[in-house]
Amino acid sequence: MNASPSLRDFLNTTVRDIPRSGIRDFFDIVTTMKDVISLGIGEPDFDTPWHVRESAVFALERGVTHYTSNLGYLDLRVALAKYAAKAFGAEYKPDTEVLVTVGVSEALDLALRALLNPGDEVLYHEPCYVSYRATILFAHGVPVEVPTSAENGFRLTRAMLEARTTPRTKVLMLNFPNNPTGAVMSREDLEDIAAFIRERNLIVITDDIYGELTYDQPHTSLVSLPGMRDRAILLHGFSKAWAMTGFRLGYACGPAVLIDAMMKIHQYTMLCASSLSQKAALEALTRPEVDVTQMVDEYRRRRNFIASALGDMGLQCHRPLGAFYAFPSIAGLGVTSHEFAIRLLHEERVAVVPGTAFGACGEGFVRCAYATSMDNIKEAMLRMDRFVSKLRKAQGAGAPI
Amino acid sequence: MDELLKILQTNALESRENLARMLACPVAEINERIAGFEKDGVIRGYQAILNEDKLGLDKVTAVIEVKVTPQREGGFDTIAERISRFPEVSSAYLMSGTYDLLLFVEGRTLREVASFVSERLSPLEGILSTSTHFMLKTYKRFGVLMRQDKSDERLSVSP
Repeated sequence: MNASPSLRDFLNTTVRDIPRSGIRDFFDIVTTMKDVISLGIGEPDFDTPWHVRESAVFALERGVTHYTSNLGYLDLRVALAKYAAKAFGAEYKPDTEVLVTVGVSEALDLALRALLNPGDEVLYHEPCYVSYRATILFAHGVPVEVPTSAENGFRLTRAMLEARTTPRTKVLMLNFPNNPTGAVMSREDLEDIAAFIRERNLIVITDDIYGELTYDQPHTSLVSLPGMRDRAILLHGFSKAWAMTGFRLGYACGPAVLIDAMMKIHQYTMLCASSLSQKAALEALTRPEVDVTQMVDEYRRRRNFIASALGDMGLQCHRPLGAFYAFPSIAGLGVTSHEFAIRLLHEERVAVVPGTAFGACGEGFVRCAYATSMDNIKEAMLRMDRFVSKLRKAQGAGAPI
Repeated sequence: MDELLKILQTNALESRENLARMLACPVAEINERIAGFEKDGVIRGYQAILNEDKLGLDKVTAVIEVKVTPQREGGFDTIAERISRFPEVSSAYLMSGTYDLLLFVEGRTLREVASFVSERLSPLEGILSTSTHFMLKTYKRFGVLMRQDKSDERLSVSP
């Protein structure tokens, strides 16, 4: 049943005016079709490691089915602080500076709501995860997108930020390794950004959810740079590196004042993250080097394969260095990103996501997730090659490489 | 372990071209390295992993624990290699613990395996005792689950 027009008038205007995620519309089309190979899935194809699942079953058997502390189990926070120190290079106090949340999505929402007054501006780089803009708007902030481009590997530079900064700018959001581009930032890249943050006295929210998934160099988090830990909220979770998306478990680390403010919202709206998921997360942290390394090795092989295959079909693709996405350019084929994705789906039964789902500057690109089996990737690349050749032929302009 | 070997151990049928792409190196290098592994005896063979329960074969597998007397020269190797040469023995390992050798022995019937143990294995010089267990069902072999569980619970497109 559709809501009648009069009921729509009751809706909060911000919520009413935000469009649904472009990914969602695409999903609706894909589900009506058979035999589709999907490179459109933004979550690992690996199963959650068995010892983690088994520990959740055991927790359920033991009756771990009650509320936990608002911040999350203390033993988990202790383990998280230890992990954050090792993986991201910053020290946090488990009792006041770590908050366990329902995925990074909740943590991001809490951070923005804790920081923003109506009209405060938030800088975020595009192409980016689909929820950033909407989450800023829900928190009554003003989203200010900073377009990045393929020319410099979709990295963020100080000059790009300066061009978009105003006296109302309060927060900078970072997400590297990046969804959808696979871009990463080196320590040198981040040092420039850190200097800018200090000069402009900004707060940073850094979404390091893909931090473990880098293929040529270890991840550097902004919080490891001098002074940054004290003006940053680090967001991380278990969905990507441990393939635990359905557990919905994330966490935020930051200065006590900020975490305390986030905790207030969390306390009144969410109470706590799932007790079972928290136990599973604690188990996951017992041997990350085993679970995560195996998956990273496999993602690296797939990254190598997909980058080489895209290159062979003559598509420009900056080398994806992290996360599990390739973001090739389809410019020069005479179609928009959306047309490319729709036609590829109908004509070759391969699902990719139009770059525009991640921001306007994603036009001319499509996102190919390699979080699917090597067999699927091989077949998808064959089909995509056929499709690209067809587009080239239709253009009659030969193969622009 | 070498990354090329890791991939081959999961799928020995992977084409040389695909291996080259995954490891970002030329096909010629892949060919050369595999030939090297074969020559050095690092790769000893390529086999399909079968779910034999599905084939309904007339076949039984026994797992046999064997206690032996190590020999003055050659230690356990001499006797272990002698046992390994029987075609009925599909795998043989030297073990720590309460017995010395662990054998996987295959035969068409329980009687056939029993006669192998009593007539061929036990009389060998140096065999002190054997303990035979018959396998009833296979759940996992060489890291592969026998039950095919291929369903993907994920949404077909997600952010």
